[in-house]
Amino acid sequence: MANLKNVTKKTKAQAMGMHSEVLTGRTQQKFFNPDEAENFYYFGTYDVDFNKRTDLDVKNMTAAEANKELDNLMSQGYGTIVIKNPQGKHSLGVGILNKLNLIFEGSLGYFGMGSSDGPIVRINGRVGWSCAENLMAGKVVIEKNAGSCFGAAIRGGDLICKGSVGARTGIDMKGGTIIIGGDAGAFTGFMMQRGRIIILGDVGINLGDSMYDGTIFVGGEIGSYGSDAVDSELTQSDQNWLRRKLRVAEIGENFDVSKMKKIVAGKKLWNYDNLEPAEKKGAI
Amino acid sequence: MCGIAGLIHRGKSSNVGHELQGMLQALKHRGEDSTGYALYGDTDGKNFIMRFKVGENVGEGSTSVAEDVSVYDERKKIVDSYLAEMGAKIIKEERILPYSLRYEIEYNKKDLLEFSQKIESIPGVEILSMGKSLEVIKDLGNAKMVCDRYNLDKLVGTHAIGHARMATESGVDIKSAHPFWGYPFSDVSVVHNGQLTNYWNNRRALENKGMRFMSECDSELIAVYLAEKMRDGASLEEGMKESLTGLDGVFTYFVATKDSLGMAKDTMAAKPLVLYESDDLVAMGSEEIAIRSILPQEIDTYDPFDGEVKVWQI
Repeated sequence: MANLKNVTKKTKAQAMGMHSEVLTGRTQQKFFNPDEAENFYYFGTYDVDFNKRTDLDVKNMTAAEANKELDNLMSQGYGTIVIKNPQGKHSLGVGILNKLNLIFEGSLGYFGMGSSDGPIVRINGRVGWSCAENLMAGKVVIEKNAGSCFGAAIRGGDLICKGSVGARTGIDMKGGTIIIGGDAGAFTGFMMQRGRIIILGDVGINLGDSMYDGTIFVGGEIGSYGSDAVDSELTQSDQNWLRRKLRVAEIGENFDVSKMKKIVAGKKLWNYDNLEPAEKKGAI
Repeated sequence: MCGIAGLIHRGKSSNVGHELQGMLQALKHRGEDSTGYALYGDTDGKNFIMRFKVGENVGEGSTSVAEDVSVYDERKKIVDSYLAEMGAKIIKEERILPYSLRYEIEYNKKDLLEFSQKIESIPGVEILSMGKSLEVIKDLGNAKMVCDRYNLDKLVGTHAIGHARMATESGVDIKSAHPFWGYPFSDVSVVHNGQLTNYWNNRRALENKGMRFMSECDSELIAVYLAEKMRDGASLEEGMKESLTGLDGVFTYFVATKDSLGMAKDTMAAKPLVLYESDDLVAMGSEEIAIRSILPQEIDTYDPFDGEVKVWQI
């Protein structure tokens, strides 16, 4: 564990009370300071030009080789990259922390686009289990179907599947929005903590089981409600938000959102809404 | 974690041995303790094909005890004498490995229970499959190794299911490897990915009804469970639907008969399955890369939902 010490010279963030300790030793600690925005960078990111476009054929590459080459292309300033022949490979596009236009001409296997922060992605195929797991920000659009654990533990961004998805969609999600054009499987929204899920079709059994918080909107039939999931009133504000989201997602634009069901957590958890300690937020 | 794969050609035959080898090899990262094939070959349908073993593979990684080859020879002799006793005529005999044999048998009785009980009363002998089209081949190692060892690459047929195993519930040996024959039903086989939590309760109940278990692998229960349902008059699909509540735990399994292939997924959808379906081919596997090994072009695939049962005919 890194050492902690008190310092006399305060950064702007410290002066604002955002954190009170600094890490010493080999651990690198960086906090955002608006005065130093020019010098602040996100490790592993590059300045890219969206108009600079290239193709990458990954047919004969392993996932590690393909991801390394993606990184290499971003380092050369390519802001729009088209991946050819992904052929269901696992773990493609993981850990991209850049603004980037990324297009997959085909299907991905497990963990596609996992742990990403910022890219705009279009997948012209299907995705396997745990697509976009831990997504922090950005937009991922899947043109076909998706496997189970779609959007597991996402913290932000928009994750859109135009087809149907498997079980446990949005499990443990902590923010962001998941939009499903078709049906969703069992245990959708299992233990979700924040964020929103929109399902235009039917959903399987145990919807929202053990959810802490967050909201689920369902357009079709519900197999059954999970423990702690209850109906709530669909407000005009909800409907406006749904219309706006579906329009941006290019999905279900003519869908009658006024007939959707709204599901929320029926149990209030003690201390759940307390903010996390500022130090932890800095680490996140 | 194990990997399963299956395919069925509708209205034609294909090189299913080669195709299934490619699918299972693509899943080898899910387990390569053992690999098994259930291949439904093109035959004239007159004779039974019996795949059986008279011993275990005691090679690297095996949990079996080594035996002298002379013991295998002795067991084979007893098998031959029992077959003669029961009026079964050996038409063709192949000893593929010292412990693994393939017989083509002329046998006119339909009930295979008595036949199987007699053969398996010989210690160390197990019938891996019995059928007029089905051949179960399973051994230690990954798909390519087993395929090469048994020359499966050129086998032509209509459908097949297979399994790449990472041993968890029982030892690394052939008797615990999948697929399992749906004893004593001709041409029925099962592969499974998952874990059954009411194995012992079900096993005790089924053994009391006269069903037989050869291993302590929980997956064998599925084959025996379905066989018992069919013995009581249920169709394959009815038996599979009953299994969704009769079997507890997490599972995705495939079952194949002489002319059909089915899949079932537990009510929590805890185990993966990706499915491709067209008019002339159905292919499915634990991961999409298995399907891509035979269909590299862009195709539409999907995950079946929780509690889903599907059956396709050739």
